[in-house]
Amino acid sequence: MSLSRGTKAALWGFALLVLAFVYVPIAVVALNSFNSDRTFGWPPPSLTTKWWSVAMHAEGPRDALWTSVKAGVGATIIALVLGALLALALTRFDFFGKRVINLLVILPIALPGIVTGIALQSMIQNVLQPVLGINAGLFTIIVGHATFCVVVVFNNVSARLRRMGASLEAASADLGARPWQTMRLVTLPLVRSSLVAGAVLAFGLSFDEIVVTTFTAGPGTPTLPIWIFNNLFRPNQAPVVNVVAVVLVLISILPVWAAQRLGGEAAAESRI
Amino acid sequence: MSSSATTDSRPGTPAASGAAAIRLRGLRKEFPGRPPVVAVAGADLTIGSGEFFSMLGPSGSGKTTVLRMIAGFEQPTSGTVELAGEDVTGRPPYARDVNTVFQDYALFPHMSVQENVEYGLMVKKVGRAERRRRAAEALEQVRLGDKGDRRPTQLSGGQRQRVALARALVNRPSVLLLDEPLGALDLKLREQMQVELKEIQREVGITFLFVTHDQDEALTLSDRIAVFNEGRIEQVGSAREIYEQPANVFVAGFVGTSNLLRGEEAERATGRRGTYGIRPEKLTVVRPGTRRSGSEISAAGTVAEVVYAGPVTRFVVDLDGGGRLIALEENGHSATHDELRRGDPVELLWHSEHLIEVPEENSTTDDPSTAQRSSS
Repeated sequence: MSLSRGTKAALWGFALLVLAFVYVPIAVVALNSFNSDRTFGWPPPSLTTKWWSVAMHAEGPRDALWTSVKAGVGATIIALVLGALLALALTRFDFFGKRVINLLVILPIALPGIVTGIALQSMIQNVLQPVLGINAGLFTIIVGHATFCVVVVFNNVSARLRRMGASLEAASADLGARPWQTMRLVTLPLVRSSLVAGAVLAFGLSFDEIVVTTFTAGPGTPTLPIWIFNNLFRPNQAPVVNVVAVVLVLISILPVWAAQRLGGEAAAESRI
Repeated sequence: MSSSATTDSRPGTPAASGAAAIRLRGLRKEFPGRPPVVAVAGADLTIGSGEFFSMLGPSGSGKTTVLRMIAGFEQPTSGTVELAGEDVTGRPPYARDVNTVFQDYALFPHMSVQENVEYGLMVKKVGRAERRRRAAEALEQVRLGDKGDRRPTQLSGGQRQRVALARALVNRPSVLLLDEPLGALDLKLREQMQVELKEIQREVGITFLFVTHDQDEALTLSDRIAVFNEGRIEQVGSAREIYEQPANVFVAGFVGTSNLLRGEEAERATGRRGTYGIRPEKLTVVRPGTRRSGSEISAAGTVAEVVYAGPVTRFVVDLDGGGRLIALEENGHSATHDELRRGDPVELLWHSEHLIEVPEENSTTDDPSTAQRSSS
């Protein structure tokens, strides 16, 4: 398609405007993490790395980061196992109630986080705590996050399984492979990249989740987003929050980049 | 399998030799629905060892479902499947001595061509060296000896087709099932693959069960053909039997050109009542009053259409006594044929033995829609 010089310039201008809209605020946060003024006076009077060294040695953000990582890994593992098995069951087998289960699996992602949060909190308060002695903490965060992480893995894997069709597995059985051999030699290798993509996405969702976490985290176990939220308006901690935010941005670029690369490979693999 | 087992069914054992390669008894398949969809309405079939057997029929006639029940991908609603004299009806696909060439080839995209071909041997724990040797042999057989380390995605459609064939043949099954394997290829390649398939079948001596909707393909390749329609087998026979003596109106219409005369039309043209068919190439088109030898019968008509098709010309003739027949004439034999135009009066000549009486239906199910369809 060929565009006139004027149209091209206008489109470029518009594109830059949109990109600026998204990225300038992040750049401001990054700059503020070096701002020597405690109240983020603008423009920064001078630049300093003081906040970075303070943040490096603060226990609050470090513990919160560790909690977030544990919660993310736990939720992702649950999501991988349940999501993949559900996807296999719902795409490869016919059974009574299949459609209902399909709906029930997908529903949590459409449900407002606040509803999930309230429901989980009352569950913790009324059942888990008095009956089983389980308090709000890392375990309840993991379970809460798993409710929507399962959907992400499930969607990724079942989309792949559907696109693959059943004929490859039929061919494997036809050639003499038993169900476990087919699973190990054909199904798993072909859904592997969708599993990884689903896991990355699930971890990302869990890592920056705040609504459900608010209701499921105990007072002693804030995740990183909760810690940021709690400390944002404390004058003493505000500069450190900026540093933590920048670190978060840097960390979250990695999985996005990995997911994109995997997505590309997966697309090439299924093109046959 | 222990050596003391008496029901050993490996091909070549005395118990299995002499038995039919495949025997279907009352095979029926319904798919759930309200009312249930009857895909196969009771098929009985015996296919001999080493035969090239085709199941021919329009799409939805049940031929692929029969194939899938033999492979083990579908369980029949009732009836049994026997392979080499042994009932395998309830067995899963991996416990049956058959291999399938799929319509979409179903090659494993994450494996090389060589690994694809070795797959069946690998899952049966055949040693690495033996596996290599046999896969190379099979690839050589389908003339892909140099393509072993390619990925399936790097091959053309025809080459993928051959890999699928090699992957099945390398296991030396007693029966090879082919589900419209040439459907996705263009005409030239298809004709070439037909010749190769026939050669390979002769070479390996395995029973081939071939599913197709292409009547030319079935006639060209097969020792015997079963014609399917609406879940039923209408006729089983050699290509010649199917073509020259169709069992009913459906077979006459599906295999070759339907050239039927019914009721009074038939009586006026032939002097006999009933439904009669005659193949287009058995008819001769002449100008009225042209002298003819004693054994020929004639009917007068008008040329409704002349279609030139390279080696032959197709004349569509409306008979004066009602009915329409199509005649094929080879080009370059008679100047008369070049001159005939739409609207010219002509006479059709034929030998009485080429006129076949065709039953409307060969079973109790009398479907009036078929009759209306072909007489209009």
